[in-house]
Order: sequence, then structure tokens, then C-alpha cells
Amino acid sequence: MTELWDGLVQALHLIVTFDDEVVDIAWRSLRVSAASTVLAALICIPLGGLISFRSFRGKRLLINVIQTFYSVPTVCVGLFVFLMLSRAGPLGGLGLLFTPSAMVVGQALLITPIMLGLTISALSSVDKNIRDTTLSLGASERQAIWAIIKEARFAISAAIVLGFGRAISEVGVAMMVGGNIRGFTQILTTAIADEANQGNVELALALGVILLAIALVVTLGVNLVQQRR
Amino acid sequence: MSIMQVIDLHQRHGSRETLKGVSFSLEQGEVFGIIGPTGSGKTTLLRLLDQIEVPSSGRVYFEGRDVTGSPRLRSELRRKVGMVLQKPVVFDASVYDNVAFPLRLRRYSRKVVHGKVDTMLNAVGLDGYQRRNARTLSGGETQKVALARALITNPQALLLDEPTANLDPVSLKTIEEFILRFSRENGTTIVIATHEMAQGQRLADRIGVIMEGQLVQIGKPSEIFYAPSDIRVARFVGVENILEGRVTSNREGLVHLDVHGRAVEAIANRHPGDELHLFIRPEDVVLSLSEASTSARNSFSGQIAGLAMSGPLARVHLDCGFPLVALITRQSAEDLGLQVGKQAHVSFKATAVHVIGQ
Repeated sequence: MTELWDGLVQALHLIVTFDDEVVDIAWRSLRVSAASTVLAALICIPLGGLISFRSFRGKRLLINVIQTFYSVPTVCVGLFVFLMLSRAGPLGGLGLLFTPSAMVVGQALLITPIMLGLTISALSSVDKNIRDTTLSLGASERQAIWAIIKEARFAISAAIVLGFGRAISEVGVAMMVGGNIRGFTQILTTAIADEANQGNVELALALGVILLAIALVVTLGVNLVQQRR
Repeated sequence: MSIMQVIDLHQRHGSRETLKGVSFSLEQGEVFGIIGPTGSGKTTLLRLLDQIEVPSSGRVYFEGRDVTGSPRLRSELRRKVGMVLQKPVVFDASVYDNVAFPLRLRRYSRKVVHGKVDTMLNAVGLDGYQRRNARTLSGGETQKVALARALITNPQALLLDEPTANLDPVSLKTIEEFILRFSRENGTTIVIATHEMAQGQRLADRIGVIMEGQLVQIGKPSEIFYAPSDIRVARFVGVENILEGRVTSNREGLVHLDVHGRAVEAIANRHPGDELHLFIRPEDVVLSLSEASTSARNSFSGQIAGLAMSGPLARVHLDCGFPLVALITRQSAEDLGLQVGKQAHVSFKATAVHVIGQ
């Protein structure tokens, strides 16, 4: 138990003293996960709108597949992106492996199924009459989808927050495609794994507390925006 | 001039055929009522007219062009034809943003939008509601927002699905008057679907009666109400007296019929021996206690079999050899001291009897 307590104390100390290395790691974590969340949202919201708006053969099957990928192991996504970006892989020429960009792409890929699936279910819970109303008022398909997205904005922002949560808390992708290079691709989760392996339990715990603090701030921020209606 | 025409529309929803071969055309500027019981296909027909749904077969012409099968013409039609759904929904946004929505879709400038929205809100009596969230409004206010939103683009035709179903009598009157005035001032064609035949009678220039997916009769309100084309229509439009009779003689258009052994006269050109249905509206039956002198061709005495009050009216069921219902005011029912079992006299004109073949 003393390790837990010591960890908390050390976390507070690191936060209060703005330890350079810790701030650097935390800031990188936040940036990478925020970027991957934005990237995933830019894909998931329009795509989810289209899937939910149109009726086509195999729609149910597609949604089932998307939902299945909610539970894809992070290391599997990491391995897939690693193979794509490695020198011999199809995208090897980009030279992205072991860079923060690779981590952004990997995390975005990781959280896309959950964000897409939740966006689709958020949109399908919007009253069907909204769709008919927008069409009858002269909206094009794109305009109608946008209006429906606006109706579901709170449920969609919850999907985005969940995606961010999964991105900032994952280790597998960051480890495999980022490589945990100190000062370059090391983020909070990979640093925690690293420090714990080296026996620095207090520091590992402290980094965990910092990660949760970031999540708390993000959640509070989103709630604040939602309540300001 | 015809603005819209539909030819042989069929619609299937799964195994259910909701529309079966509906054809008619809409004239520019008219108010067309579609009446029929709930579930008869009124909503489906409106959705096809607005091209929110695609028919399983049949054609929709708008301004002389066949729009079925052309995404471009269908969306052009939707831009020129407004519709208010049966249960109108408003966006989770302010009243102003709701009414401005169709204008913003059409990329009007902020200034134009502002002017139009304020004018329209004023016209429907929602001035001052601009910043209210539309989801917090009452049923009547929501209906007004939906109407304002559909009319803000000044559509060529407006389709209304049970527009006053959830309204109190006062709001109902305001909305009906507003719709008629708007139509007259702007030449807007109005299609109004309602299960309430009285509303159709009040508002419509022409009425189409839809029963089980088929358009069974189209005509002026007076034709629909006094000369229904079959028994189903007659029942729906409130003809409570539907009798069976056989023609015994025909003298220059005045026929004598044998109805349960009593002689009834009607204006019709039918041959002796023809088996007919007789329709008599209950309000056309005159009721008295003594055998008053009357110019009416048909006069019978009978016993009161039932008496039911509904609002300001009383419905009197009589047995005069055949069952007959008379609709009189509650006041006169009281003045006459009507009671079940009492004798009374009824009379109705030969012109009040509408006959069709069995």
C-alpha cells in the first residue's frame, strides 16, 4: 500500500514542480491522442452519417463488423500498422515508422470502430421524422445528414470523448509503431510500462495519475460545453 | 392549370399494399382535401406527392414533367413543394433557427433570412418567440413553427398531413384561417389530408376520398357529402341512413321505391324493378310531434327507439317501418319533449334522397 501512497505523493510533486521530462511526456500524450481523435472524428462523423442515412444491402452486417472491432486488441492494430509502415510494407516509403505521426495514424485506426459505431447508433436514435422533415424542406442528402448530426450532437460528442479515452490509455499501438523513444515518441502509457519494468513503481503510478488528470480535464470540458445549451 | 398529376400510383410496404392505383391531378391554387379513415393511405400519398418516398409503380408529374426516376427533378420538386408531417418535429434549436433552416439551405443572405423569418413569425402569431428553444413549445406552437418553416420559402404547393390533429378549437380556427389566407394571397396549392370530414368540407375546393388505398371518389364537397359514390364513402361522410329499396315506378325522374313495405319518393332516373341503396343525411330529416303540413314528398310516423345527445345536437333513432336517424338541435329535442317510446313524425324531401345501384 505504501507504493500507492508514495505514487500519489510523487505525482503531486511532479505536477506541482512541473518536472520538465514529465511535462514533455504528458504534453506529447495529449497531442498525439488529440490528433488521432480529431483524425478519427473527421472520418467517423461523415461516414457514420452516410451509413446511417442510406439504406443498402449488408448494412446490418457492416454494423455488426464495426461493433466486433470495438474489442480489437491494441497490439493487433499496432502490428498491422507496423507491417504497413515498415520498410518492406506498402507504405514503408513514407518513413513514418517510429514517429509521433505513425502513433497518430495507429491510434486513429484503433478508435475508428468504436467512434463510428457509436456515431451510427447516436444518429439512428434521432427521430426518423427529422430526416423526412429536412428532405421535405428541400435539403440535399448532405444537408439532411448534417442536420441529423446536429440533432445527435451530444451523443456524438460522447462517442468522441470515449474515443479519446481509448486513445490516450492504450499502450499497444504506441509501443509497436512509436517505439517508446525517449524524448521523441515516449508517451504516458509507454513511459508507465517502462518505469514499472525498471522498478520505479512510484514514478509509474505518478504518470498514471497524471493521465487520469488529463482525462478528467477533457471530460469536464466537454460536459461544460454540453451544459451551456 | 394543373400543377401536379399522379398516375396509377401503387405503394407496397413489405407485404402490405398501402396504395392501389391512385390517379388524380392538382390544379394551381386550389385547396384539395384528402379524406379517409386512419390507415387508409393518406400519409403515404402525401409522402409520394412530396417524393420523400418512391412509389413501387406509377408516375408523378410536377409542372408537366415526370419526376419519378430523376433524382434531380425529385429534389427540385421537394424544394418547391412544402410539407408538414402529421406529428411535426422541430429541430433542437431556437424557433428562429428552425424557421430559417429552409432559407439557409438555399443560401439566402443573413439579412434576407432575418427579414423573412421575422415577417413569417409575426404572421403565424409567434412574434417574440425567436430565441426560445423550439423543443420547449406546446403542441399548438410547435404546429405553428412547422407551418412557418414550410411556408417561409413560399412553396408552390403545401402538403398538410392532419395539420390540426393535436390542436385545441381556438388554435385550430387560427391555423385554418391562416392556411386559407396564405393560399389565397400567394396562389399556393394546398393539399390537406384529414380523417375529419368536417374539416375537409370547411376548407377544400375539391375532395378526394381514400379508402383502403384506393381513391374511391373525387368531387366538390357537396357532391361527396350529398352524393357519395358507394356505401363506404356514405358511411364515412356521415350518411347515417342507408336503406335498401326497389323501384316501383318512374315518372319523369321521380321514382317511387318500396322500402320495407313503405313507399319512398326520390329524384332519380331508374327503371322499375331496380334494386337500389338510398342515402339520406340525418340532418335532412325533419322531425315533429304532429303530422304537420309539409311540402316534403316523404312523410312517415314512427316510434322513437333511441335518443343520444352529442354537444349541441341530438341524434334521434326512429322506427317507422325502417330505421331512420334524424339529427336535430338539442334545444328542439327538449322543446318537443322527445322520449324513447313516444310517437313522432318525420319528413324529408325527395331531393334529400340519393340513390345508387346495389
